[in-house]
Amino acid sequence: MLTKRIIPCLDVKDGRTVKGVNFEGLRDAGDPVSLGALYAKQGADELVFLDISATNEGRGTFAELVKEIAAECTIPFTVGGGINSVQDVDRLLKAGADKVSINSSAVKNPNLITELAKEFGSQCIVLAIDAQLVNDSWVVYTHGGKKSTDKELFSWALEGQQRGAGEILFTSMNHDGTKNGFAVEALRALGQKVTLPIIASGGAGTMNHFVDVFKEGGADAALAASVFHFGEISLPHLKSYLRDHNIAIRN
Amino acid sequence: MKIAIIKYNAGNTQSVAFALDRIGVSYAITDNPEEIKAADKVIFPGVGEASTAMKYLSDKNLDQLLPQLQQPVLGICLGMQLMCRFSEENETHCLNIFDETVKRFEATQINKVPHTGWNNLKQCKGWIGPEFENTFVYFVHSYYVPINQYTVAQTDYIAPFSAAMEKDNFFAVQFHPEKSADIGEKILKQFLKN
Repeated sequence: MLTKRIIPCLDVKDGRTVKGVNFEGLRDAGDPVSLGALYAKQGADELVFLDISATNEGRGTFAELVKEIAAECTIPFTVGGGINSVQDVDRLLKAGADKVSINSSAVKNPNLITELAKEFGSQCIVLAIDAQLVNDSWVVYTHGGKKSTDKELFSWALEGQQRGAGEILFTSMNHDGTKNGFAVEALRALGQKVTLPIIASGGAGTMNHFVDVFKEGGADAALAASVFHFGEISLPHLKSYLRDHNIAIRN
Repeated sequence: MKIAIIKYNAGNTQSVAFALDRIGVSYAITDNPEEIKAADKVIFPGVGEASTAMKYLSDKNLDQLLPQLQQPVLGICLGMQLMCRFSEENETHCLNIFDETVKRFEATQINKVPHTGWNNLKQCKGWIGPEFENTFVYFVHSYYVPINQYTVAQTDYIAPFSAAMEKDNFFAVQFHPEKSADIGEKILKQFLKN
């Protein structure tokens, strides 16, 4: 039986993880390679590394880092942040990334999805969508949630699917950072619009939120950052909790 | 032991290479027929699209060479599909090592396509021994090989399909052992023992 996936997300700036990570037994919590390896060991199903470097130099460091992550990482990982072209993706996949996530660049140039899917296959193209509920409509935002667009979540996700994306990573800006739970209703509606796997992001605060996102939201995977980084939820605990709630989870 | 990883136009051969690094065996990533022929074992990985990959193989004359190899050969994901006779993906004629047709999953709201994530192995036999029964491995694919006489492990998604196959010196897996944590590493080692 296909299991639901738990995906820790690591923000990386200039080659180092940001946000204070507090882990016992980890010599250097700022090192994305060791943190990724630790999560993999604890039962993470996949990892996402998001490059939030603002400079070209930082981006270069990230590409180098991907190689080191790939050498250590025994589970699939996605990289995102600042990916604009076929060449960017080629470099990251050659470095050993399994998938790439694209966001602002796809909104600006939707044909990028088509090109990437054709060149590398749908299985490695994750369309990341940040959206905010404004007057009953889920408006798509870009540039880390700073710029609103004329796109709407459901139609944009469907267009992404038709253009060859292999997964949708939906972050609800209304829920992100609140720790009050995922955007369950929007996720369920999204699942009725597209037939691609959906990764839910934004709002994880308790283990029960993960139960809801799978049972009520119908998500295929759930992504979270701070609850894992700050040790508020441990991966082994979460997985056994979900199993106890009859959710299919890898052992 | 010399291992040849077949070089592809589109494919993350690098992940397989890193997995072999972790196991501690040496390899060459190559599309040179002589080097492939001389290897003790051959790994035929692959992600990407069937017709593009077959075109690359025939440009390099590897479509003739691969079915004739005598040493153990392991096909991974697209590699396994290309070892079949025909793929529905862009109506592609493949290597015909396994006389089977590769079909497309029909997506539904419940069963998303691509089949993405960790799923379990069932009815393990042959080179995938019974110790792997019900273990979880990582899949990502939109096409599948139905159950057939060469199936040595199966997985359920929409319908049961071939998770692993075996015929003489040819071995194949639909999942990604190089990305399947400890279980995947054990399965790679199992192949390397042959």
